[in-house]
Amino acid sequence: MRMRSAALVLLALLMPAVSGAVMPGEQLADPALEARAREISRDLRCQVCQNQSIDDSNAPLAADLRRLVRERVQRGETNAQVLDHVVARYGDYVRLTPPLRPDTVLLWAAPALILVAGVLGIAIALRRRTTAGAPEAPPLSDEERRALRRLVGGDDGKRAG
Amino acid sequence: MLRRLLFALPLLGFAAVAVWFLHGLGRDPAAIPSALIDKPVPEFRLPPLEGSGKPALAAQDLRGRVALVNFYASWCAPCRIEHPLLMRIAAEKRVALYGIAYKDGMAESRRFLAQLGDPYAAIGWDGDGRVAIDWGVYGVPETFVVDRAGRIRHRHVGPLSDDTMAKVIVPMIARLERE
Repeated sequence: MRMRSAALVLLALLMPAVSGAVMPGEQLADPALEARAREISRDLRCQVCQNQSIDDSNAPLAADLRRLVRERVQRGETNAQVLDHVVARYGDYVRLTPPLRPDTVLLWAAPALILVAGVLGIAIALRRRTTAGAPEAPPLSDEERRALRRLVGGDDGKRAG
Repeated sequence: MLRRLLFALPLLGFAAVAVWFLHGLGRDPAAIPSALIDKPVPEFRLPPLEGSGKPALAAQDLRGRVALVNFYASWCAPCRIEHPLLMRIAAEKRVALYGIAYKDGMAESRRFLAQLGDPYAAIGWDGDGRVAIDWGVYGVPETFVVDRAGRIRHRHVGPLSDDTMAKVIVPMIARLERE
């Protein structure tokens, strides 16, 4: 019995060292919580490097924020609560996916709007080319028909045989 | 005439975008607006910098007087650049100037102040940088202007210069003192 509890303690002591090989000393023991912490971290911008998430960044502040995220996750907060906690301090800019709000609608809708504008532009241009650009030609007169047949060497032609 | 204008449209569009980008070139990408403007100072109580002879710093100390709160570190090069300016601000006694030692060893921080002078009325020691996160700090130096009600009114990222002091900070202090 004593041996077993001693082995368990030893195992518990070794655990952080093992996971630390991946990300030194930072990972949570519970894989589900760790997965959530990583998911949250991937959405948080490292303010120092700006175009990296805190999950990617080696900046000391990113490490501090990763630790903060893990503490909050461990305390039983939802992903949204943890994100709100950080956004309250660093502003919306800290999120890599900006929130959908009245003042960000244009940001979210811009790709769709540009696509629609492009499709409309092409459609209008194509229509103009087929209708106004190439008017239907009037039918050939008998005179013209005869001249044409002569030119292409039809049986009506007076070629020297 | 209208048709010709239509041909100029892409060119005009390009010109508009070019002007916008040109304007963007002059902007500082590091200057992210603070989320805490006009919000009360976050609740904190920091231990003193032992051996500095200065009192500790807590949120309630930032009430009653317009104050500057300066996050600094001995390992931060720009902090050395702005330090002489902080010494002058302290000598003028115009505002209360408080320091928060960000992620620094006590001994290193003491040595830094012994070398360059200690301009702070009180110093909070934020060894793990947790309080700095509550303030939305992402690098040192950062300086906050706090009004008499204890609200954050302005954040300056990077070393303070005579220019920002004269154009932004000093006029702001004068305005906040009249409030």
